[in-house]
Amino acid sequence: MKILVCIKQVPDTTDIRWTENNTIQRDGLESVINPFDIYAIEEALKIKKTRKNVTITVLSMGPNQATEALKKAIALGCDDGVLLCDKKFAGADTYATSKTISSAIRHYFSDFNLIICGQFATDGDTAQTGPSIAAKLDIPQITYVKEIVDSNEFYVTARRELEEGMETVQAKLPALVCILKGDYEPSRPTINGIKRAQNSKIRILTLSDILLDPDEVGLKGSPTYVSKAFRMIKKHRCEFIDLKDIPAKIREVTNTYE
Amino acid sequence: MNKGILVYAEVNKSNYVQPVFFELVSEAQKLSQKLDNTPIMALIITKPGNSKKFNEGFEKFGVDKVFVVEDDKLENYTTEFYAKAALDAISKIKPEIILIGATNQGRDLAPRIASVLHAGLTADCIELDITENGKLAATRPTFGGQLMATILSKSEIQMATVRQGVFKPMEKDTPKITEYIYIKPEIYGMYERVKILNFIKNIDIERNKLLDAKIIVAGGKGMKNPQGFGMLQTLADKLNAEVGATRGAVEMGLAPQSMQIGQTGLTVSPKIYIACGISGAIQHIVGMQNSDKIFAINIDKESPIFEHCDYGIVGDVFEVIPRLINML
Repeated sequence: MKILVCIKQVPDTTDIRWTENNTIQRDGLESVINPFDIYAIEEALKIKKTRKNVTITVLSMGPNQATEALKKAIALGCDDGVLLCDKKFAGADTYATSKTISSAIRHYFSDFNLIICGQFATDGDTAQTGPSIAAKLDIPQITYVKEIVDSNEFYVTARRELEEGMETVQAKLPALVCILKGDYEPSRPTINGIKRAQNSKIRILTLSDILLDPDEVGLKGSPTYVSKAFRMIKKHRCEFIDLKDIPAKIREVTNTYE
Repeated sequence: MNKGILVYAEVNKSNYVQPVFFELVSEAQKLSQKLDNTPIMALIITKPGNSKKFNEGFEKFGVDKVFVVEDDKLENYTTEFYAKAALDAISKIKPEIILIGATNQGRDLAPRIASVLHAGLTADCIELDITENGKLAATRPTFGGQLMATILSKSEIQMATVRQGVFKPMEKDTPKITEYIYIKPEIYGMYERVKILNFIKNIDIERNKLLDAKIIVAGGKGMKNPQGFGMLQTLADKLNAEVGATRGAVEMGLAPQSMQIGQTGLTVSPKIYIACGISGAIQHIVGMQNSDKIFAINIDKESPIFEHCDYGIVGDVFEVIPRLINML
């Protein structure tokens, strides 16, 4: 069984600093594997532990430094890593990203059984790239998955956590699954894993490798673009008051609708 | 040229149209005014004969045309059948804008169809507007809510998802005479690759009470323990309010996920929001900043919550709140 895990390296959004021009200070921003993708890796490793002949390839798109994220995935137990890396990929929205990734999958990993992605990435938070890849590959998708219950080469059974309840579904493979964060601590790399990661070679695929035109990828291939980015406008202005004034201030508001 | 704003009327598992639909239709009315009164249309996908019961709602909220796709195979939501049904409808409707509620179903469906339509799709918007050139300007928080981005689309169809609670539903003074158009989906040759094995409904499948609350008392990590949240409940009872929580408090196990307010939880807009022991992480602020008046109680005067409230009370929640309860 062949599993592809798509991961993204994201800035650590808990530690954002601002420049004087109200843009995000990206220099020196710590990069981590998107926390949801960690659980995508975990779910793949769980299948590998329970079944024979399972290989896990980790796929990412990003700058050269994203090889670190792929090596970390290998240290955790994945078999190999592939990085889609080309200056022309820069500025891609979820549409162009999914086009790039799905093209690479079609040309190099068409024998996959299962693709696992994180449900959200903490930087963009769109939850769009996974379903968009599934659409481009014309395979079924299962989103909001809390846990993969079982999988073999023919099907995947997964438990979804939805607003209205828990749904268990089964998809025929090949399929794509988007994983939510689990309720458990993700595992740590083993010493052997770290050694293996150090010796592993991350395969790099560029635009010419995936047989797309320059206008199909990156900013050019994106139907959306950011027209402006700004710091949130504050909608409230604080007046410090004493505890004893609270009831009157509450009444001021409640009088307007009661 | 594509024309009109199409809003997806999601029928949920309890068989009613998600409230976010009515909020989106109300916002679409405003957008339509800036687009030479382009028509407001709805798309409903459901089992045969089911859509009629929702007609009153469509009319009350001023929908011009409703496109109905009904089929036995569409009784329950499954991605591929619904995506095909939606795409068949959209190819006939040719709208310029498609708005979809950012529910689980909406966020499953929207990227699937945007990918096929080659349409620009902006997720989880908190503001929609029309530019001078008649394009949809969709504003959304990114980087955990620290940065706002206004996104435009170059594509013929422009799509956006919006979470429930961001816009206010507004009924029309006089109902519209709505036109209903039935579309037959081409799904006969298709077979379902994803089977629903079972579904266990949450006990509380009612609309979350926080979304309709006039007053919300919310607690953060500063509430420290279950006793702290018990105190908030007492305060809420006095004020006839509902209790909410931050992600931090939920992660500490002080409150259930269903009470979480913020970017990864609910977006609320009560008349009064009382933030207790909440530091004011941006990801929380984006979920409550539309409240009319925000009160904040926090021990640290430098806490960012005081930059996003109307009334600040500096003090220990474990001293302030019991005294406040006694005063009410």
